[in-house]
Amino acid sequence: MAAMLHTIGVASPVASGGVFPDHQSNKFAVSSLHSLPVIRSEARSNLSSLHESYRAGKLIAKAVATKGENAAASGASKPGHELLLFEALREGLEEEMERDPRVCVMGEDVGHYGGSYKVTKGLAPKFGDLRVLDTPIAENSFTGMGIGAAMTGLRPVIEGMNMGFLLLAFNQISDNCGMLHYTSGGQFTIPAVIRGPGGVGRQLGAEHSQRLESYFQSIPGIQLVACSTPYNAKGLMKAAIRSENPVVLFEHVLLYNLKERIPDEEYVLNLEEAEMVRPGEHVTILTYSRMRYHVMQAVKTLVNKGYDPEVIDIRSLKPFDLYTIGNSVKKTHRVLIVEECMRTGGIGASLTAAINENFHDYLDAQIICLSSQDVPTPYAGTLEEWTLVQPPQIVAAVEQLCQ
Amino acid sequence: MALSTHRTTTALLRHLTPAVSYLRHISTDSTSTITVETSVPFTGHKIEPPSRSVDTTAQELMSFFRDMALMRRMEIAADSLYKAKLIRGFCHLYDGQEAVAVGMEAAITRKDCIITAYRDHCIFLGRGGTLLESFSELMGRKDGCSKGKGGSMHFYKKEGGFYGGHGIVGAQIPLGCGLAFAQKYKNDENVTFTLYGDGAANQGQLFEALNMAALWDLPAILVCENNHYGMGTAEWRAAKSPAYYKRGDYVPGLKVDGMDALAVKQACRFAKEHALKNGPIILEMDTYRYHGHSMSDPGSTYRTRDEISGVRQERDPIERVRKLLLAYDIANEKELKDIEKEARKQVDEAIAKAKESPLPEPSELFTNVYVKGYGVESFGADRKEIRAALP
Repeated sequence: MAAMLHTIGVASPVASGGVFPDHQSNKFAVSSLHSLPVIRSEARSNLSSLHESYRAGKLIAKAVATKGENAAASGASKPGHELLLFEALREGLEEEMERDPRVCVMGEDVGHYGGSYKVTKGLAPKFGDLRVLDTPIAENSFTGMGIGAAMTGLRPVIEGMNMGFLLLAFNQISDNCGMLHYTSGGQFTIPAVIRGPGGVGRQLGAEHSQRLESYFQSIPGIQLVACSTPYNAKGLMKAAIRSENPVVLFEHVLLYNLKERIPDEEYVLNLEEAEMVRPGEHVTILTYSRMRYHVMQAVKTLVNKGYDPEVIDIRSLKPFDLYTIGNSVKKTHRVLIVEECMRTGGIGASLTAAINENFHDYLDAQIICLSSQDVPTPYAGTLEEWTLVQPPQIVAAVEQLCQ
Repeated sequence: MALSTHRTTTALLRHLTPAVSYLRHISTDSTSTITVETSVPFTGHKIEPPSRSVDTTAQELMSFFRDMALMRRMEIAADSLYKAKLIRGFCHLYDGQEAVAVGMEAAITRKDCIITAYRDHCIFLGRGGTLLESFSELMGRKDGCSKGKGGSMHFYKKEGGFYGGHGIVGAQIPLGCGLAFAQKYKNDENVTFTLYGDGAANQGQLFEALNMAALWDLPAILVCENNHYGMGTAEWRAAKSPAYYKRGDYVPGLKVDGMDALAVKQACRFAKEHALKNGPIILEMDTYRYHGHSMSDPGSTYRTRDEISGVRQERDPIERVRKLLLAYDIANEKELKDIEKEARKQVDEAIAKAKESPLPEPSELFTNVYVKGYGVESFGADRKEIRAALP
């Protein structure tokens, strides 16, 4: 099996000769996988390594980010290189664009301006104006255009300058992006990536600080991921581009300048996997995106107080990685969800329901879900702060759970 | 064969009727050119319209007749099936507009893309779809083009370059520009025909997409199938300027008689040449639908029966081709009636076969939601375990 995986890893789906390998040749590369037995999740590690070996040109088995493992690996082998999160996104995007000529970027100000958050800086001079396309301010139609291009085999990366603007394109994302694969009976795949920053920034006002991951969560057919560190930003970007499904990649306005050391070698992360940030015993804290940092800040206080929380960055918002989450719940029996999404109908609400449904017997206490308030984000600094979950609230919640 | 006897008779007649000899073109082979004038001249907006004289052949006219008869028959049959409750939901019929579908097909190749809205059954046939796939999909069976999961508004045929089949009015226009973008990206000298109706012509996304197509010179041809009624509202009540071919402003436009298959063919050929060199162009097809907007609309509350029968008498596309065929002696009445009977037979056979086709398996509920080449299927929030077994 390892030998077969290795062969597939080498015969990567991009044909070196033809410029535009069509879907058929992709299928050919995968067809040998069909002869493998259908793998259900009991053999979880096999599954993730299958994903990785298919996706990565070079094999990095189990490139799952666990902070300890990652630091040890990168410290031991190569020192890696330090960069900011937006540079990590750019690196991932650039590598994918070099690897596959079908990958193109479209969005407002992505080309000559370099991207409003500098994620696409330098790409337009390198790849040309057609591959890094400056669109007019018409979200509905350029998202639709990207999806139409994806129907023919191109792999567009559609940037929304702010996720809130993508509400204008919601029909295209929901009906065409999410549902076309189903309503065409499998004839068309939409390998598009829709990415952009969301979340609350520094006093940007209500319309530019929307926390709307959950609006997209119900759309059948798309995958949602949220990145939180430079390491997982680059890995998720690459995985999203290589995925045959449409993927919505949520970034966060305030996380773009995070600095981290990431490996030099190529790696692709698993889109459906959660990240174990800090293993622990007493309580499971589930979080994603910026709230991860609020949680880690609270964890410092909690550790001083004698608690041992387990922190998991769920990363994959649709579908949830209930395997990792479930294992953690079975261990700690207490769950706290900390998120930036809205209280009503948010990701946390959906996750609470999923955990209750699946792991009810393992819970010793009711799940506490800390979300942002059900209000439009105010402009005043203090009010904006109170809209979000702050570390003291997290500490209080853990103390309440662990009574 | 009856046809060759006719040609001999015609040859004899030639000497007797010199005045008519211009019309009685002796074609010993059915591929020699016949030149026909379109019913009305083209009107251009910011462009020199093409000539009224269209070159065609006997073979092509026969194929027009055959295809349109089949399409007409299919739509009428779909009407009966809907009333028999075998087709449910929404069913939007295209009868009366067949000339647009066949004329367009005659001017382009299967490598060119066509995308349209929900009135898609006949265009699907034109792109290479079979009657069986069509009726099976309408009845929600496994043999349908979308495996029964799409329905009337979601016909697709990837190999034929037919990209659907879309339910939301106007949403297919940006998709069509995306198809054109991909064609430009790949530099493959093909064009995309994006069809929309007079109702969709008032959507903002049309103008957004038009702006982008013109900005980047995308090979996109936007075709407004103007059947004069957007659902139940007449065009003059919905649009301040119902001259849809002019509404592109900086994008050239052409107004075409959409009930004349040859005019449509000429316009589409002209548009394809234009789009490959100069970027987008708008074609407005002046056409008419005999049925209402959909099967739940009788079609007579917002227009008079006289209007409908008037158009049917004067401008019916199949009748026009029939007159041409008779005038040029390419076929006689009986042969044409036989073709129509043959079409009816084909449709009835396809319906019978489609009725036998099974409904999709329960497990098909979850397939094709995601693309997974690994044999793993998606089952709700926890994708890694089978969560539900359907009864």
